[in-house]
Amino acid sequence: MTDICSLSLTAVANALQKKEISALETTQACLNRIEATEPKIAAMLLVNNENALQRARSLDAAGPDPALPLWGVPVTVKDALSTKGIVTTAASRILEGYTPFFDAFAVEKLHKAGAVLLGKTNLDEFAMGSTTENSAYQTTRNPRDTTKTPGGSSGGSAASVTAGQCFASLGSDTGGSIRQPAALCGCVGIKPTYGRVSRYGLIAYGSSLDQIGPLARTVEDCACVLRVIAGHDPRDATSALLSVEDYAAGLDKNALKGVRLGMPKEFFNNEGLSAEVRLACEDALKTARNLGVELVEVRLPHTEAAIATYYIIAMAEASSNLARFDGIRYGKRANSTKDLAELYECSRSEGFGQEVKRRIMLGTYVLSAGYYDAYYRKAAQVRRLLRDEYLTALAACDALCAPVSPITAWQLGSHTTDPLRMYLMDAFTLSLNLAGLPGLSLPVGLGKESNMPVGMQLIGNAFDEARLIALAHALEQNLPDVGRPAL
Amino acid sequence: MTTDKTITEDDVSRMAALSRLSISSEERTLFARQFQDILGYMDVLAHSDTDGVEPLYSPSEHAQTGREDCALRLSTRDATLANAPQQDGTYFVVPCIVQAG
Repeated sequence: MTDICSLSLTAVANALQKKEISALETTQACLNRIEATEPKIAAMLLVNNENALQRARSLDAAGPDPALPLWGVPVTVKDALSTKGIVTTAASRILEGYTPFFDAFAVEKLHKAGAVLLGKTNLDEFAMGSTTENSAYQTTRNPRDTTKTPGGSSGGSAASVTAGQCFASLGSDTGGSIRQPAALCGCVGIKPTYGRVSRYGLIAYGSSLDQIGPLARTVEDCACVLRVIAGHDPRDATSALLSVEDYAAGLDKNALKGVRLGMPKEFFNNEGLSAEVRLACEDALKTARNLGVELVEVRLPHTEAAIATYYIIAMAEASSNLARFDGIRYGKRANSTKDLAELYECSRSEGFGQEVKRRIMLGTYVLSAGYYDAYYRKAAQVRRLLRDEYLTALAACDALCAPVSPITAWQLGSHTTDPLRMYLMDAFTLSLNLAGLPGLSLPVGLGKESNMPVGMQLIGNAFDEARLIALAHALEQNLPDVGRPAL
Repeated sequence: MTTDKTITEDDVSRMAALSRLSISSEERTLFARQFQDILGYMDVLAHSDTDGVEPLYSPSEHAQTGREDCALRLSTRDATLANAPQQDGTYFVVPCIVQAG
């Protein structure tokens, strides 16, 4: 076995089960890769060397178990997910040093499936951003071009997977935070249906939008992780009481024959869509058509209102969720405050970064007396219209396809001064969260001008992840590989 | 919609106070301009006809499942207090809330 880190999760899991490689050897290879690549990409907020090696040793001592699909597989987790006994910061100063006494449901599931947790990945503070530049600790760099952003907010996870530091990572997606970094780095990411994966232990941003999902280098790898982390959890009241499918079973490269894919006109005709992203998506769809896909145009007329709708709802929910950070029970507390009100105000002001403050304040504003109906209620009404449009479009086809990001990865620092301009970049991803539907981002090629990866998403009906995975896998087998970064 | 409202620095101060945040005067100036842009952009919603449309607050249509209404011990007192910036082994410690008369 020459380079363990270049294997797919599926291949490494098989090799581990057959004892062709040990858990310790695999974990050590990933830790070496982390050590070699971190100075260039800064994907990790915390690397848990000793715990990871100890875990690998104890797995090796017990021996492989076919009932554990991730036995010995090294993974990373976005630092917005709580990890028992391991510092969890959400990339915020306000949670510096915070050590949860419980695991998030999805993390618990990874452990039970035999995975080895290598560490925690960087993100935009509280998942608010699209580049990781809003992290209070460090900026992650795109492994394919370290002058460019890996995307965000799960940029650390996408960079970690793409750089071969791990075989899969967990991210969270509130408005595109799994799909967009997967697209910009050139890996696969799934935002499951709202309710498919329990949000227990995810540090909340927008509770009606947040969903945890996997990032990995192949569709099959993502499917394997999704099967592990999905399922009902009584600790999340919105978690669906539905059985989990074996998403990786029966994947077939011929699955595209006779499939109807809807192309939303408002996405493909969007003036912000760059020529190279459009071209890469169109080339992929040409391949799909040659494999028997029927492409149909569908309409999502309220797309223009989606960004405003999303940001009103997300900021409103954020202002409420982040009220819990008060310097009393955990997190940062300001020194020398004279009373409780001042303690709250100073602790929060010192602990939160500027983008978080901006969103809390705007969220507070749209929920305040006199503005609630004009902003929050109105947005919730448009949200229903948007959701209904998706359902109508999906009734006419098997899945929808759309670009993920309007442009390929951009230079770090180039969009940081204008928050509105940054929000507009989420045009193709955030309406899915409003509708609660599943989306899968697949690398479909390299941009002709930038030579950076282009992601295309497949969108399905609620709980139709199995179909999205089957279609994406078939497409992936027939598209050129976007290659590996030369780090 | 509040289409033609101008966001002043006083508005920003009120928003900060409601949010339990204190902001510098530079931030106040910056936020006033940025909030004007962002809230101005939100006015696109005015073009959507929502008469009679029921608001959608959560996308989940599947049955919501509550758990049994019974107390569970999820952690110990020590574990719960371990992350507190200030505690006395039994309680979280906070500054004086009510001044002695």
